[in-house]
Amino acid sequence: MHELSIALELADVASAEAERTAATRVIAVHVKVGPLSGVVKDALLFSFDAVIEGTSLAGARLLIEETQVRTWCPRCRREQALLDVSRRRCPVCESPTPRLISGDELQLVGLEIGTA
Amino acid sequence: MTSRIVQVRQNILKKNDLLAGELRARFERAGVYVVSLVSSPGSGKTTLLEHTLAALAPTARVAALVGDLATDRDADRLKKAGVPVRQITTGTVCHLDASMVDDALRDWRLEELDFLFVENVGNLVCPASYDLGEHMRVVLLSVTEGEDKPLKYPTIFNTADMALITKIDLADAVGFERSEVVRNLEELRPGLHVLDVSARSGVGMPSWIARLCAARHSIASERVRT
Repeated sequence: MHELSIALELADVASAEAERTAATRVIAVHVKVGPLSGVVKDALLFSFDAVIEGTSLAGARLLIEETQVRTWCPRCRREQALLDVSRRRCPVCESPTPRLISGDELQLVGLEIGTA
Repeated sequence: MTSRIVQVRQNILKKNDLLAGELRARFERAGVYVVSLVSSPGSGKTTLLEHTLAALAPTARVAALVGDLATDRDADRLKKAGVPVRQITTGTVCHLDASMVDDALRDWRLEELDFLFVENVGNLVCPASYDLGEHMRVVLLSVTEGEDKPLKYPTIFNTADMALITKIDLADAVGFERSEVVRNLEELRPGLHVLDVSARSGVGMPSWIARLCAARHSIASERVRT
């Protein structure tokens, strides 16, 4: 359960970014979380609400976009989205796909801010 | 009040990633090869490390950092190899992060080391998210843990550079099916290098030590070329 540590970091990064704008308040925080990031969505949502209480982010909603795992298939010579993260094979030709393109992200994408 | 969207696009663990990058650059400059060990509690990280330090110590300058929630027990065990060892106690934190490694190294002269080992807190989940600046992350899986462990914890196996199957001397006693683990690992991480070891019986230890020395050597020769 390291989502609390992640939520604290997220709150830090998000409030620093908000300060650089003319925000009077932060309405929503948009993040991308990959299936291989090691982060559990519900635990992050819960932790985020807890850490922003009484801070400049208080009341902000956390919106999590869950991404897909994408790998490069050397045989089809294209990116493929995996159906099962524990099976690193191309869903079309069944070749092993060692090269990960995305799916481990843990990214702050943007902020929805209110301005006066 | 009006609202608008501001694009940010930043890693949430930016601070850790930046510090890990700085550590990696420091390790490179000092010429020290850094290996981290991750596994569930009880897979044999400390025992492997005891034997690894003892095997390397006669010919290389080695040191270790070891993470646990509490106690200095692991550091006390490792110090018997007669090399610098420092315990990182994390309190309630379930993983090491780059700042803990940075703090623990504050007064060590890295240029006097050939290898630095970092034993993470026993945990197959949280350490996956934190880059420690290491050159090689090794995941340990002991024969008593069940052949499907890689499938249950895909994240940590995805961040590893190599897997060690530990306690291989107990394989027969516990009915361990090696081919099944290898198949599961191959499904999850095609091409991941897997080595069987037993620190207690010594099986596989020479290959592990040779692998470490070769990995360090390849980094060192890259440095000479560039």
